[in-house]
Amino acid sequence: MTRNQFIAILILLALVFVFPNIFSGSYILTVAIFSGINAIVTMGLCILMGYAGQVSLGQAGFYGIGAYVSAIMSLKYGIPVLFSIIIASIIASIAALLLAIPALRLKGHYLAVATLGFGEIIYIILNEWGPGGPSGFGNIPHFNIFSIEIKTPYQYFYLVWLIVILLLGFSLNVINSRIGRALRAMHESETASASVGINIPELKIKVFILGAIFASIAGSLYAHFVTFLSPSGFSLFYSILVLIMAVVGGISNIWGAVVGAVIITVLPELLKNFREFDVLAYGFILTVSLMFMRKGIVGIITEKLGEKRCSR
Amino acid sequence: MFSVFLQFLFSGLTTGAVYALVGLGFNIIYNTTSIINLAQGEFVVAGGLLMWFFVESIKLPFIISAILTVISVGIIGYLIERLTIRPVKKADLLMMIMITIAVSIVLKGAAMFAFGKEPYGYSPFTEGEPLVIGGAIIQQQALWVMGITFLCIVFIYLFFNKTILGKAMRACAINPVAAGLMGIDVEKMITTAFVLSAVIGAIGGIAITPISLMEYDKGAMLTVKGFCASIMGGLGRGRGSVIGGFLLGIIESLTAGYIHSGFKDAVALIILLAILFFRPAGLFGSKEIMRMRRF
Repeated sequence: MTRNQFIAILILLALVFVFPNIFSGSYILTVAIFSGINAIVTMGLCILMGYAGQVSLGQAGFYGIGAYVSAIMSLKYGIPVLFSIIIASIIASIAALLLAIPALRLKGHYLAVATLGFGEIIYIILNEWGPGGPSGFGNIPHFNIFSIEIKTPYQYFYLVWLIVILLLGFSLNVINSRIGRALRAMHESETASASVGINIPELKIKVFILGAIFASIAGSLYAHFVTFLSPSGFSLFYSILVLIMAVVGGISNIWGAVVGAVIITVLPELLKNFREFDVLAYGFILTVSLMFMRKGIVGIITEKLGEKRCSR
Repeated sequence: MFSVFLQFLFSGLTTGAVYALVGLGFNIIYNTTSIINLAQGEFVVAGGLLMWFFVESIKLPFIISAILTVISVGIIGYLIERLTIRPVKKADLLMMIMITIAVSIVLKGAAMFAFGKEPYGYSPFTEGEPLVIGGAIIQQQALWVMGITFLCIVFIYLFFNKTILGKAMRACAINPVAAGLMGIDVEKMITTAFVLSAVIGAIGGIAITPISLMEYDKGAMLTVKGFCASIMGGLGRGRGSVIGGFLLGIIESLTAGYIHSGFKDAVALIILLAILFFRPAGLFGSKEIMRMRRF
């Protein structure tokens, strides 16, 4: 982590600390919690897309595994929530490994379609075999550590956003480590980086698994907050929503994931009157950001700041 | 017992015909541009919904409605290419695929906005007694679907093999730079490819809607299955995707009939993954050609 990034994290930490004390309404806090949960999924996709140059349309599948496995483990088998979350992310990473090994040998579009297929299979499984089928199930235990329950939006806000910051710091460290440099090298030229001894398939698989674990953790956090799950939130549309978040924020910068997730989560709440309009609006946002602001909001801002510094 | 099997087989052939058409649409665009157009299924949805609009809502005669539908969807295909694909032509393929996803969401959103979430249908092309073969019943509309699909296949085969325009489009696929040097207007060929595959999708939509109804969110699944069909046959191979489409339709309908209807979509996806993993060149494709591809 560079000094600037460290300062940025401290600022975010301060914001997170202050936020629920200014906006204490449970509606605003709930939206903020969902923003945080989405930010975790998006960070995973951002590393995969922006740094490893691979696209996944199946993050909803890992998100669903995280939510369902963790919920079932804690509800049906009485496993402590914390362990359920860990079990869920282990299962998600095994699924990611099984998907990535064959798919990453292939080029370009294939991973996108393979992940899309994977996500839809998980969605069908949740519908057919998930408790309660399409209508879902409830009574999922709240999040707790050592019998301290965290369930009010106020408490959960802190939990989710502290995890966001933790994972953000972790991601920044990964990006600035040897692996991160290898990833950037790979993005520039796969052939050149392979020739200096970077094991490209292994690297891609690792990043893919990382993304799956992020999505799974977010799914578990979602399950233990709303305590009710149905498959509808884990369809292809969620995967695409995550893609929109990543693109709007900017895939070349991990901060973009957080910014994009917050914007895309808050936006529909602001546009509530246009209920029927939302899918169309999402489509336009994605199209326009892909065509005209490929660097994303954070990318554009950092570029502007950089220009200012140069001209000074 | 056998008549039940035959029934599943016929219904599989009917849905398979649509998958084959979507798969063909994939191939047309892929062959001229190397882009996988993930909005392909939306053309089918647009075809079905617009046909309903012309026939049932403003009550135009059948033939005029069909022509208007095909033209409108063709225009949609044209606009997609002009507004989203051409301006970003220098972008990498990852960007291209994401743009086609974005377009598919726009189309889906527009369909939902204009038509709502209800399924739509209209009466079959011809009213009459269904055919009975070996105890299995075939609706007349199913024959229409298969007949139209067959005509489309023949038309596309002739177009790409016998006409100058079709041959020029194939040249663009093999080497766009060389094709350009030979005086082929590559941009025009790409536009033609988009219009053609939109039209093919629309025809599929018009034909299948009386049987299976059409709603705004069917596009994504059709895209996946059409892609599955074209990858079964080896991406870029027209005949392969037709066989793949019918095969997929049959497997799906047998699964729904003998195992469990909820798994019929899963089967297509599992086949898709299995082929991607074990035979990425397709059931009929060759590894050598696969290696030559740009992606």
